[in-house]
Amino acid sequence: MTECVECGADVALHDSAEVGEIVDCTTCGAELEIVERAPPVLDRAPELEEDWGE
Amino acid sequence: MRVGLLYSRIRKDEKLLLGELRERGHEVTKIDVRDHQFGLEEGPDELTECDVVVDRCLATSRSLYATKFCEAYGVPVVNDPATAETCADKVKNSLALSSAGVPTPNTDVAFTKESAIESIEAFGYPCVLKPVVGSWGRLMAKVDSRSAAEAILEHKATLGHYEHKVFYVQEFVEKPGRDIRVLATDGEPVAAMVRSSDHWLTNAAKGAETEAFELDAEAEELVAAASDAVGGGLLGVDLMEVGDSEAASAPEEPSGDAAEPRDASYTVHEVNHTVEFKALNDAVDVDVPGAVVDWLEAKAGAKQEVVA
Repeated sequence: MTECVECGADVALHDSAEVGEIVDCTTCGAELEIVERAPPVLDRAPELEEDWGE
Repeated sequence: MRVGLLYSRIRKDEKLLLGELRERGHEVTKIDVRDHQFGLEEGPDELTECDVVVDRCLATSRSLYATKFCEAYGVPVVNDPATAETCADKVKNSLALSSAGVPTPNTDVAFTKESAIESIEAFGYPCVLKPVVGSWGRLMAKVDSRSAAEAILEHKATLGHYEHKVFYVQEFVEKPGRDIRVLATDGEPVAAMVRSSDHWLTNAAKGAETEAFELDAEAEELVAAASDAVGGGLLGVDLMEVGDSEAASAPEEPSGDAAEPRDASYTVHEVNHTVEFKALNDAVDVDVPGAVVDWLEAKAGAKQEVVA
């Protein structure tokens, strides 16, 4: 369990969470990037860039 | 084998790959390209110690440079930078397909608003304006009138990055409400799906519905030819059905000749080099990440044999 960096609400990471994955804060809807897993650390996810894609 | 995965975001696609690689006992190194420096002669140890590196960069710019550095360090990378360079740019992509005789939508490139409007008028309405770099159907414009064309061109010329002043004008293809995504490894289809939508854009990222699709011989030939045209690798080949769509999609009655663009039942609009496959994996019975890792293992094994 960790905290949303946007609103401070609790955010639980699922067991298969990966560093680099994006999770949503269920309270405020912020997109959060998993920066560390143990202990869990979140940061605001980067904004969409024009050259993102496949 | 030691597999490096270049990334800056772990999507479901990367999780599927990571899961499959780890399950098979491969040593996996996740390399967040945001955290490293790439020198002209020396790269990050995590990268240079890999037997093979898989480029899963979300940002095209990072993908292009990171794969170039892999090549410079002598680290095998999927896809190789030449393929990435061709696929990342719609102009190069179209040129490669056309040069290889692969049917692809008629396209003009113009460098000024004035010359672009001439192309648009020549294609007639509707036609399509696309950014030369971009994905997920973003910034695509279906142009229905001259006044719309003038407005879009002015916006692109005024507001955009310099790349938006490279006007990529394309015929509008009357597809049957869907297009086809094929994931292929060196031209061999792994699985295919149709992406259907009432909207003219049928990208899965735009919410199109997906369904497994059985390729006919003509489509398989086109996938192989399109893959060859861009240098091969792990690719997402996108096709549209043209002409009589029902005939075009009937596997038992392939029509036309893949080598003759005007007679083809399909047109290949692009090939993607960091292909997403989560939607495909959900739509088909094939174990897509499993097939991708099979191919990676074979590729890495072949390279090691050559070195030995």
